[in-house]
Amino acid sequence: MRWAVIQFPASNCDQDALHVLKEVLGQDADYVWHKETSLDGVDAVLLPGGFSYGDYLRCGAIARFSPIMPAVKVAAAAGKTVLGICNGFQILCESGLLPGVLVRNASLHFRCETLPVKVENATTRFTGEYKTGQVLRLPIAHGEGHYVADDATLDSLFANKQVLFTYCNADGKNTPESNPNGSQRHIAGICNRAGNVLGLMPHPERAAEKILGSDDGLGLFTSILRSQKA
Amino acid sequence: MIRAQVIVRPRKSIFDPQGDAVCRAIQHLGVASLKQAHVGKCIELELEGDDVEKARAQLDTICKDLLSNPVIEDYVLTLSTPAHGK
Repeated sequence: MRWAVIQFPASNCDQDALHVLKEVLGQDADYVWHKETSLDGVDAVLLPGGFSYGDYLRCGAIARFSPIMPAVKVAAAAGKTVLGICNGFQILCESGLLPGVLVRNASLHFRCETLPVKVENATTRFTGEYKTGQVLRLPIAHGEGHYVADDATLDSLFANKQVLFTYCNADGKNTPESNPNGSQRHIAGICNRAGNVLGLMPHPERAAEKILGSDDGLGLFTSILRSQKA
Repeated sequence: MIRAQVIVRPRKSIFDPQGDAVCRAIQHLGVASLKQAHVGKCIELELEGDDVEKARAQLDTICKDLLSNPVIEDYVLTLSTPAHGK
């Protein structure tokens, strides 16, 4: 698969993402600077974590107008895989590719830790290697990961099984204590209705090798590879 | 010249953690009667020309697309022409 890792000014998880794709998974992957306008020949687009444009105005608010974003929208509309991690998730929401928005953590604290995250739907291209209900341990590192949408949107996300990941305790229960940022209904990651665009706050690319403490995140990438072969 | 001011406020229905923290800090400083605080943004813009209605239409779009996110925020756009006449 040919991957594009988009680099915005102040992206800072781009190298981790490229490392996992190229070195761990042997994929054909390259950086694409945000001022580029074409993603021709690319099978999958990854919007990495970071603090694009200094998080000015709102996280992702300025990045959504980067010259590369029309090409990302075209790729999404064509059914190609689009994966937004952390700041990438924020950019996908701001750009309208995913519903809702990510606001300041309810606690006001930046949370940087490894947490249990539950797979809510293992029938998608992003989660096929997991089991529904499986509890992963994934790192988070964000100050604005508090997912907000109106009730109708939240209901439809669950009804259409677009909620792929939620924060939970070690037993897989969505307790108030297990929600690190106040996200509505414990949402950690959602996909679009068509199932080809995923945004999530946890960092699977930081949990893709045992030497880093967990490889629970690798399944997300191998799920994508498997779905492309199928 | 046209001056524009955009006030962006969190919607009342959305929990505003900054406003909540500020509210508690003010109460801690002795203003026990304080009930609520909301923290937004004030964005000030200056434009050339004097076509206020054209500027209002342009900036209204900018307010919706960039300066605020309608999912969580409301905005008020105010325009003025400090120097009258051409």
